[in-house]
Amino acid sequence: MKLTWKGIIPLVVFLALGIAFAIGLTKDPSKLPSQMINRPFPDFSLPDLLDMDVTIDQSYFDGQVTLVNIFGSWCVACDQEHPVLMKLARNNEIPILGVDWRDTVEKGRRWLARGGNPYTRVVFDADSMLAIDLGVTGAPESFIVDKQGNIRYKFIGPITEKIWRDELKPFVLMLEAEQ
Amino acid sequence: MIAEIGQIALILAFLIAVAQSVLPMVGAHKADARLMAFGDKAAMAQFILLAISFIALTIVFVQSDFSVKLVTVNSHTDKPLLYKISGVWGNHEGSMLLWVLILGIYGALVPMFGKSLPAGLKARALAVQGMISVGFLGFILFTSNPFLRLNPVPINGQGLNPLLQDPGLAFHPPFLYLGYVGFSMAFSFSVAALIEGRVDAVWARWLRPWVLLAWSFLTIGITMGSIWAYYELGWGGWWMWDPVENVSFLPWLVGTALLHSILVLGKRHAMAHWTILLGITAFSLSLVGTFVVRSGVLTSVHSFAVDPARGVYILALLLLATGGGLVMFALRAHTLRGGPGFTLVSKEGGLLLNNLLLVTATFTVFLGTFYPLLIEAFTDGKISVGEPYFDRTFAPVMIVLIAFMGVGPLVKWRKDSWQSLRPHLLKSSLLVLVISGLTWWLGKSVLGALSIGVAAYLAYSTLVAFGRKIKFGQTGSMAGSMKLLRAQPAAVWGFLLGHMGIAICVVGITAMSVWAGDSAKVMKLGESMTVSGYEFTLTNMTPGAERNFQKMVGEVEVTKQGRKVATLKSARRFYQVRDMITTEAGIQVRPMRNLYVGVGEGGAEKGWVVRAYVHPMVNWIWLGALMIALAGFVSILDRGQKREVSS
Repeated sequence: MKLTWKGIIPLVVFLALGIAFAIGLTKDPSKLPSQMINRPFPDFSLPDLLDMDVTIDQSYFDGQVTLVNIFGSWCVACDQEHPVLMKLARNNEIPILGVDWRDTVEKGRRWLARGGNPYTRVVFDADSMLAIDLGVTGAPESFIVDKQGNIRYKFIGPITEKIWRDELKPFVLMLEAEQ
Repeated sequence: MIAEIGQIALILAFLIAVAQSVLPMVGAHKADARLMAFGDKAAMAQFILLAISFIALTIVFVQSDFSVKLVTVNSHTDKPLLYKISGVWGNHEGSMLLWVLILGIYGALVPMFGKSLPAGLKARALAVQGMISVGFLGFILFTSNPFLRLNPVPINGQGLNPLLQDPGLAFHPPFLYLGYVGFSMAFSFSVAALIEGRVDAVWARWLRPWVLLAWSFLTIGITMGSIWAYYELGWGGWWMWDPVENVSFLPWLVGTALLHSILVLGKRHAMAHWTILLGITAFSLSLVGTFVVRSGVLTSVHSFAVDPARGVYILALLLLATGGGLVMFALRAHTLRGGPGFTLVSKEGGLLLNNLLLVTATFTVFLGTFYPLLIEAFTDGKISVGEPYFDRTFAPVMIVLIAFMGVGPLVKWRKDSWQSLRPHLLKSSLLVLVISGLTWWLGKSVLGALSIGVAAYLAYSTLVAFGRKIKFGQTGSMAGSMKLLRAQPAAVWGFLLGHMGIAICVVGITAMSVWAGDSAKVMKLGESMTVSGYEFTLTNMTPGAERNFQKMVGEVEVTKQGRKVATLKSARRFYQVRDMITTEAGIQVRPMRNLYVGVGEGGAEKGWVVRAYVHPMVNWIWLGALMIALAGFVSILDRGQKREVSS
């Protein structure tokens, strides 16, 4: 058996790529602590994407447990998450406040028109006003806000049905049981 | 009952694939003719069983048999027949079944057309083909069974993603798969040749038509995807550098390199290493294409399957196939004979450069597509790589490639000199100067001018190369040239079509990148806006309904300098079954420009959002692409190739 450099190089390149991807695929990007946990949801007053003349502020959290979802039409992972949110909305699982981040009105609306709108309201945050206060690192990202308007949970990355079922929903039920 | 027949056929095909992956290999090793011949029979049997299985699935879809879970999730009684049928592969499980069916077809073609092949090579290639079958059939049976039943049986199905309910997309996956899976032939024969330790001209000439076939289908598949995106996504983008598009482009780039190096191998017995390596890579990247769409690792508008467990299986499959192929290459590369030497300025040298540039381009696109994933692996950041990256990295490589495409066909095999190229380079430089100057003067864009100049240079050089072959203007008699013209082998016509296709494509891409115009405005009835000299007026909005959706049709009248040019109809469709809205653009198609209108949301009081685009020469992109695909098909007909097969 004779090995030549010429023969081995492709294999080495492939293995290097393979290892990099194996790390990338197995690393769970959603386990990041947030400085914001157990703090009140930051004050904000931003326009409604679907009606720019109307503003939305923290009074939106009216004594009910809410899912806040950061998205953008530019964000590919949001396309993946979107059907799951649609399902949550259809089943009336939880009110979802959308935050359309670093987007244009046009593109944001088109994105919602294309895939459907799972949000009860959509905050338009083109200039990261709310996103910076929230400490958003990327989209999609979701927060669970309790009845008192405190952030209780942060989830990074797309919500899948499994994550909703096993991780988020139990937490939501717990918060709903709180007085 | 029908679903069970499909299921049983699938299981039988799997068992046969297991035997096919072992017995012919053993047979080839022991020089046992009977065991080797088993490969032929197994390949045919697999094809028949997979066809039965696929037909069974098609029947349950057409009958809307909602006791089959897949039909429930992906179909609906209200869906037109065409989309019931395309629904068969419009989902994960069915598309995988289509994938293996196509693998079965290619497998069956080996015994049908490979009677002249050395028995050992054929048996080994079929065994490798069998291994791929085992992998994919196992994947279907264990993780994605399309024939699972549902109890209780629902009254109706849950429809199909309306975005996918379109003739362009219905036939996009089959073509893409014909391309992807076709490269399995290159893979199997490369691995078989490595085991045999013999890669020669006969091998190359036999394999070349299959590579051409796969590559042409892939070209059509990619083109269809591009056309679909153009009119369906509602904003007239023809290529988004979206990951799903990129992964179909990767095997195309490598396939292009492969079919050029296999040409050298067939004619000059050189570049054996390159050919083998490209064969393995083309199929690996095809698997990546399948993997990326299926696993949801990189998702976008196209993705219709998100399930990490399946992703891990395909990843393992990819690792085994590519890793296995490359291990074989590492162990056996020394057995491949290098061909006769050549200097840099020669046809071989040109094609070697062509390979290097195409591989560089592939790597660029690969990096741009997967870099965000790698960043995520090693840092906590998430980034997205977009058009600017590809414009800056891919485009320059392509320009250099085109520069060599111009001279490559003009140099001789083995050895040539720069001196012999000088007259052509002088003439074409002059041509580029004139064309670029004119374009700059008319279009006011330096980038556009340069790019059009490059396209003109390529077209001119291609015509010159073709002209030399038929001795145009050299013999002094037109009749002589005409005679030579008829005598040209199909491969020469393929060259002419393919390279001209690239030139035409470049013109279209340049025009779209530099001179396209667009504008958007909230318009009430009777209002208008101007884009690139065309005036768009919203004249009418009419509600309506079709079988499976409701719609709102907007009419936009387009005038230029007061003269009416077109009335465009754009519709917004609302699909109740999926709770989705899509926009159907109104497009007027003309050779030199398309007018494109999309009417968005709104109401009578506030007005509707209307987007209008003027797309210069966008159709040239697809015309060029289809010429390229046709070039591949034409080259297959090459008599020189055929004679080799039958002798």
